[in-house]
Amino acid sequence: MARFLLSRVGFGLLVLFLLSLFVFLLFFIAPGDPARVIAGDKATVEVLAQIRAKLGLDEPIYVQYWLFISNVFQGDLGFSYRNQLPVIDIVVDRIPVTVSLVFGGVILWLGIGIPIGVMSARKPGSVRDRLGQSFAVVGISFPSFVLGMMALYVLYFLPAKAGWKLFPPSGYIPLTVDPLQWAWHLVLPWCTLALVSAAIYARLMRGQMLEVLGEDYIRTARAKGLTERRVVYRHAMRSAMPPLVTQLGTDIGLMLGGVIVIEQVFGLLGVGNLAVSAVNNQDRPVVIGVVLLGGLFVVVMNIIVDTLYAFLDSRIRTAA
Amino acid sequence: MSVLKTPNQAAAAADVDQVHVVQRSSLALTMRRLSRDPASVIAAVFIIVLVLFAVFAPTIAAWTGHGPDEQFRETGLSPSGIPVGPGAEFLFGTDQLGRDVLVRLAYGARISLLVGVVASIVAATIGVTVGMLAGYFGGRVDTLLSRIMDLVMSVPFLLAAIALVSVLGPSLQLSIAVIIFFTWTPIGRVIRGQVLALKQREFVEAARSLGAGHLGIMFRDILPNLMVPIIIYSTLMIPSAIVFEATLSFLGMGIVPPTASWGGMLSEAAGNSIYLAAPWLVIIPGTALLFTTLAFNLLGDGLRDALDPRAARKA
Repeated sequence: MARFLLSRVGFGLLVLFLLSLFVFLLFFIAPGDPARVIAGDKATVEVLAQIRAKLGLDEPIYVQYWLFISNVFQGDLGFSYRNQLPVIDIVVDRIPVTVSLVFGGVILWLGIGIPIGVMSARKPGSVRDRLGQSFAVVGISFPSFVLGMMALYVLYFLPAKAGWKLFPPSGYIPLTVDPLQWAWHLVLPWCTLALVSAAIYARLMRGQMLEVLGEDYIRTARAKGLTERRVVYRHAMRSAMPPLVTQLGTDIGLMLGGVIVIEQVFGLLGVGNLAVSAVNNQDRPVVIGVVLLGGLFVVVMNIIVDTLYAFLDSRIRTAA
Repeated sequence: MSVLKTPNQAAAAADVDQVHVVQRSSLALTMRRLSRDPASVIAAVFIIVLVLFAVFAPTIAAWTGHGPDEQFRETGLSPSGIPVGPGAEFLFGTDQLGRDVLVRLAYGARISLLVGVVASIVAATIGVTVGMLAGYFGGRVDTLLSRIMDLVMSVPFLLAAIALVSVLGPSLQLSIAVIIFFTWTPIGRVIRGQVLALKQREFVEAARSLGAGHLGIMFRDILPNLMVPIIIYSTLMIPSAIVFEATLSFLGMGIVPPTASWGGMLSEAAGNSIYLAAPWLVIIPGTALLFTTLAFNLLGDGLRDALDPRAARKA
């Protein structure tokens, strides 16, 4: 188990190292002189040289990378070109919104996807199964921003025009201020985030369950007179779950992408929105900060998911 | 023992001669199975119509008399600057600059199909090659290539795309490159798994004992056996590439305006929430995008059922 964990952490560190190298090189070869961006057009040659020396821009590339990475390790991601605030503060400021969005979205998507998959698998070919599979294929095909915009139009704008306040259009109320309003403002974004992934998980769960339900030990369980419920929910689901957990690990990066889009549609000022506006403003330190912290988040989540998987599947726990 | 047939047997033999036995190629069989699935047929028809729509975009522009980037500020916008809804002059209405949505939709279809097909073909080629090498050679080659696939899969792709775009600037070529880079791994994994199983089979051993080289075995003996997963996975890669491109364009990191793209049209509709006053700006490109991805997904599922009936019954 310890060896397994160690190898996962090592791999995570490798991912982070390569990601940091990629970002660093990308901005190193990029056109444009950071010193000039900071100092402005009127700066003299001496001032520019001074800024370069201060930032270490006149050092060789590997020294610059070392400076960059050792700053990162001290939690120093530099300052925004736009408002001179520390990047780390700007990003941390936006995290609650994004975490709220992800938290509810994941619960909803597993809560919808897994039951639909199980229901489909219990009676393959039945009406329920066909409905479940139709839901899956439509959900998989629905681009989240199209879904989000249509949901806003139908559930917010049309009722609002008719005088009902069904759902708020956008905005974020902190959980600590008013939990009810917090959830209320996030219902549409949660559903939008959840639908596409729920469809994928419904499909995956159905396939897994069908396979497991065909196994001999399920027949044994039925033969010894267990209720169908117990067979499905205790015996079958236990071995159908691990592959889903693995999938969850690989989907976390994907979900981060979904979050960026959904924050944009619903006007939520989270980390994704920060990334997009930083790109539009050419605010490179913020872009680097978001990419690195996003990468860190994905790597940590992956390690957690892999550990969970190892606990669920004893073969891995003992083999590694 | 007599070789003479009894009258009964003779009649039976004649009957057998009467029965038509048609030899069908596996392609013909697949097409027959596919054509029995209404969802696949509708999807295929939709895709053909969409391709025609994209190919004849200039004809549509000429027919309506509206260029894709032409702004009709007099006829296409109300005096207060609100886009005009669907009607006789503009079949699908106009956008916030008074451009014809129908014509832009047709030009946008070109971008979506181009990106979807090109990116999927290139990504599938890379995935198949890497997967085949990893599965066939095994050992260190497999470890290295599998690790690389794991690495690519664990990079949050939209974040990496954002970093790339912020430095290199958005463009069609960059979008395609980013999509290829982040979509070749799933098919690579599938192919690797298949090759691992296939290389144990007798026909590979037979080829080797006849003196075939590695390349010969891989391409002449193993590759033909991979055609089913390759066709299925490549078809299913097209809709995700299309959505990927639309997402990039929606975030302003894909196709550069004023070039029409579905994601870009949706992004412009979202800007200033203009779509709340002009819902067709979301409904038309949004439905086009949804139906396109749905059609490719349905066709991919149908192909899987038709090409691999055994798997269809199981899953």
